[in-house]
Amino acid sequence: MSSTRPNQLFRNKSSKIAAIPMIVTALFVFVGGTIWTVVYSFTKSGLLPRLQWVGLDQYERLWATRKWLVAIENLAIYGLCMLVLVFVIGFILAALIDQKIRFEDTIRTVILYPYALSFVVTGLVWQWILNPEFGVQNVVRGWGWKSFTFDPLYNADIAIYGVLIAGIWQGSGLVMVLMLAGLRGIDQDVWKASRVDGIPTWKAYIFIIIPMMRPVFVTTLVIVVTGIVKIYDLIVAQTGGGPGISTEVPAKYVYDMMFQANNLGQGFAASTMMLVTVALIVIPWTILEFGGSKHRD
Amino acid sequence: MKLTTKLLTATAIVAASSAFAEDLEVMHWWTSGGEAAAVGELAKAFDATGNTWKDAAIAGGDAARAVMVSRLTGGDPMGAFQFNHGRQAEELIEAGLLRDITDIAQAEGWADIVNPSSLLDSCTVEGRIYCAPVNIHSWQWLWLSHAAYADAGLEVPTNWDEYVASAPALTEAGKLPLALGQQGWQQRGLFNVLFAALVPNDVFLSVYDGKDADVAASADVARVFAAAADAREMATNSKVQNWNDATNLVITGQAGGQIMGDWAQGEFAIAEQVAGKDYSCLPGLGVTELLSTGGDAFYFPVLSDDAQTAAQSELAALMLRPATQVAFNLAKGSLPVRGDIDLSTANDCMQKGLALLADGAILPDTAQLITPDTAEQISTLFIEFFADASITIEDAQAQFVNIIATAE
Repeated sequence: MSSTRPNQLFRNKSSKIAAIPMIVTALFVFVGGTIWTVVYSFTKSGLLPRLQWVGLDQYERLWATRKWLVAIENLAIYGLCMLVLVFVIGFILAALIDQKIRFEDTIRTVILYPYALSFVVTGLVWQWILNPEFGVQNVVRGWGWKSFTFDPLYNADIAIYGVLIAGIWQGSGLVMVLMLAGLRGIDQDVWKASRVDGIPTWKAYIFIIIPMMRPVFVTTLVIVVTGIVKIYDLIVAQTGGGPGISTEVPAKYVYDMMFQANNLGQGFAASTMMLVTVALIVIPWTILEFGGSKHRD
Repeated sequence: MKLTTKLLTATAIVAASSAFAEDLEVMHWWTSGGEAAAVGELAKAFDATGNTWKDAAIAGGDAARAVMVSRLTGGDPMGAFQFNHGRQAEELIEAGLLRDITDIAQAEGWADIVNPSSLLDSCTVEGRIYCAPVNIHSWQWLWLSHAAYADAGLEVPTNWDEYVASAPALTEAGKLPLALGQQGWQQRGLFNVLFAALVPNDVFLSVYDGKDADVAASADVARVFAAAADAREMATNSKVQNWNDATNLVITGQAGGQIMGDWAQGEFAIAEQVAGKDYSCLPGLGVTELLSTGGDAFYFPVLSDDAQTAAQSELAALMLRPATQVAFNLAKGSLPVRGDIDLSTANDCMQKGLALLADGAILPDTAQLITPDTAEQISTLFIEFFADASITIEDAQAQFVNIIATAE
């Protein structure tokens, strides 16, 4: 068998040729760009890149900068809350819609709609909704509850949660649709069997259905996490990083350094740190998920 | 690429044969009412030469600079662009992206007419001139609303201390004592104004020019931080973002005052307010009367197209001609870069500025002394300081000392 096997390299020739442009792009643009950025993060590049080595100076300065530390902390808070809430809300919505309700199409569309809006629009809309003078606070006070206060965007301690609300509003529709697709992929016989066994519905969801939906969960996780790490436009539109520096995020730090402070080296160091953080999470996970035993069941 | 080059050449030939009617793209960040009126004067003068001013305005200096730099470094230069002269353009000049306009400067005799000469020095790198200064802007102005003080039943203050003392009464009368836009550059600017006005000049210069961290840690600078804390308290309820929105609070009498550069003057002019009657201006906060001579300048990228380059030359020469200078600066509220022109039509505040300039009561602008990197660090410090009343004067000063110690 092994002696007659054709050379692996020349199998599916046409599809391999078709993939060449993408492979080249990936190598030169992504890998090349990444290496270039990492290399220049050890230089003293100002407005323009220049190879003047300064060792780890940029990293030392980065980790001594309060703005960067605040940004990392914000990303952690936003990321964890976003991940948990968007999954819980998305799954519950999907499970509710899956009860063979009427007007399913309409409801699904309404819930998915926020995802069709850009982060800039989302940010502006929620900036207005959370504005104490014409948003929620004003409406509730108009109903007669005069002491009602709800102005997260003006309080440095909780401003990041104001951003989180907007993020969840925008993102949970997508998670719902993905989950719904997963639920629809479950064989009806599984449900019938669980009913015959007299298992309560909630137990069936948690112990039978969710484990069966593992691939959908993994896909959704990747989409949501990449969205979290690159968060930038929502912050710029909704708070501009304020009040003070309370809603700064790493991507905004990179932009500010590269284009406003004319300090490319510092910006590269910050983006390299972002890459390292992502790699620390993604690489072990990828090995666990896709490496090891090929046949999972 | 080749086709583009051919098309460009063809366009250039057509353009050149039709008597230099060039479209020159000019980028700037002058978008408020007064600023737009001023830039309109420049455009009008340029159009009168038969060329066309293609206006490309981007709101907000920070955003505009980012776009300009990425277009320049990305190989898609515009015809001309506005920058604050000083250290912002240093690297662009080093990289050879900007056109040397020394020949135009010599032909027009800029060396003799530009006053103070430090403006031209800021355009000069290794003996060559790279930019055309168009105006002098000074930060050190306190704008006070007569209407707000009349409503509160108070006399209009004549210096910083009286102003701080009047704050509680203003608050009681439902006025905002100090209007301050919540943007880092405005907060940093306010601090630098306090710095220039409240302590001797040599302290200011040894911190910003000498980068002397010991002086930055001294009691003199601590006094400036104490004044900044006063300002923070006075501006607690100031929720506006843009400087012109803050100025509008002063114009409409909702706020007692604002510390802002002389470009605020253009807003008062558009609102048809009269200096001395509707509003007062105190240079150097009424404490130390002096001006910093920063300003705006136009830079000209190196272009491969000869016709465009010729149009650049025309624009550069035009910008310092007396007629342009008068029309432009009257609209903008800034001071002209040449001392030999008649500005008798200027109002009270501008006359005060002209007198200070003539007396030589001037300081260099911080943009001429520190890099954008340092400026951004100081901005971040004051964004935090003004947003969070729990940051103490000592903390803030310690961070400031750190920034100065690592500045270059």
